Amino acid sequence: MKKAKKFLALLLVAIMAVSMSACGTDSTETGGNAAEETGASEQTTLIMGTSADFAPYEYYDNDEIVGIDVEVAQAIADKLGYELEIMDMDFSSILVALSTGKVDMGIAAFTVTEERQKSVDFTDSYGVSTQVVIVKEGSEITDVSSLQNGGYSIAVQLSSIGDSYVTDDLEAEGLCTVDRYNKATDTAAALTAGKADAVVIDQEVAKKLVENNEGLTILEDAYAVDEYAITLQKGSALTEEINGALEDLKADGTLQAIFDKYITTE
Amino acid sequence: MGTYLDDFKAQFISNFVNEGRWRYLLNGLGNTLRITLMALVIGIAIGIVIAVVRSTYDKNYEAMRSKGSKILLRLVDGICRIYLTVIRGTPVVIQLMLFYYVIMVTSKNSILIAAICFGLNSGAYVAEIIRGGIMSIDNGQFEAGRSLGFGYIRTMQYIIIPQVLKNILPSLANEFIVLLKETSVSGYVAVMDLTKAGDIIRGTTFSALMPLMAVALIYLVMVMFFTKLISILERKLRDGQR
Repeated sequence: MKKAKKFLALLLVAIMAVSMSACGTDSTETGGNAAEETGASEQTTLIMGTSADFAPYEYYDNDEIVGIDVEVAQAIADKLGYELEIMDMDFSSILVALSTGKVDMGIAAFTVTEERQKSVDFTDSYGVSTQVVIVKEGSEITDVSSLQNGGYSIAVQLSSIGDSYVTDDLEAEGLCTVDRYNKATDTAAALTAGKADAVVIDQEVAKKLVENNEGLTILEDAYAVDEYAITLQKGSALTEEINGALEDLKADGTLQAIFDKYITTE
Repeated sequence: MGTYLDDFKAQFISNFVNEGRWRYLLNGLGNTLRITLMALVIGIAIGIVIAVVRSTYDKNYEAMRSKGSKILLRLVDGICRIYLTVIRGTPVVIQLMLFYYVIMVTSKNSILIAAICFGLNSGAYVAEIIRGGIMSIDNGQFEAGRSLGFGYIRTMQYIIIPQVLKNILPSLANEFIVLLKETSVSGYVAVMDLTKAGDIIRGTTFSALMPLMAVALIYLVMVMFFTKLISILERKLRDGQR
């Protein structure tokens, strides 16, 4: 029995040692315990937090994350002389990661809102954000105002601007139920399956979702029109730098070129 | 020290008091409990059926006389084994999403879908618990039943199962607690359970500490409460035996 005990003890120690070593390395989407950065001293990399489920703004193409926001971020990083690193996470976690310093900036088609401005800083705007409504073809919902009538269930992405609008305008008045999904693409799946009656989401993303899912259509009138901007930690020194870079990018047409590359206007 | 306390208070108010955010937690808790209880009932029902099939197969197969029922039992036992292997071999999150997006694709009632999925999942584990309980009963008990003139079913009903239930109660209690915490992935299919409620608050206030701690605390209190209930039940059963 003594031998078995010794062996067991040794085994446990080995397991502990292996798991301890795993603690030090690696930091995938949710960010490990990396204690670097947040030092204004010698930053060479800009870490961008995003949620790559949002074509054409950020999405996966063959293992790489590409899209409008990614190219904007790369252009800014190039202008300012930084390396760009992208961390993919749940959309609702990005601003939390930002406020804890795990990412330097959050670029994920963030709309500027007063509520958000209480906890994060926004750069100048770099694009127009339009929230639209997707419904099934032949749905009885024909315009935005009819959302108020039927006690519908509306699918949105958790913590997105669509979520805020629908929650404040409709759910708070008891006019509908809100289904909050982690991934934007899940909202379309829910709509197609009939689990939700409508989706409120960004216009360009809505177009892509309708392209890739049968039997969906976008309502003519938009739900809201706002502006996109990059989010930074409150009081971050990067805000000014990035605003400067954005100015240049707007002036020399790079910004417009990026948008045109991904958005074809019909 | 003063500023820490003020900061704590401000965070607390922002996360829970403002705009009645604590109501998310309350609703989430209600949904979690609803799903857990439904899943438990489904799980125990399925578990009993499968356990009886499997242990009948293991204990009784040789002794069975009719060829027809032998084949039937083999078939049913085979189905049970496949079910057990699949359920225990895949993560419950994947099962949940398969249920939601593929199997019960037309249903709008996501709480029901979650309850059924977790019930089916739990059933596999409960089945093994019950079967273990049955197998651990001394063969002498089965023989005693036979010597009293009881058939297999009556032996099970009057002699074996009552003993099994008393033996497996700790394991069943454990399964219930596991189930309670397992339901925390329901958010993947847009069910607003307790964890998702915390996510929603975190998404609007951008602070991670308070919502997460609150949710963890509520789970902890629930688990401790049910553990206490179960130990009282166990003690009553044991006393009854004297």
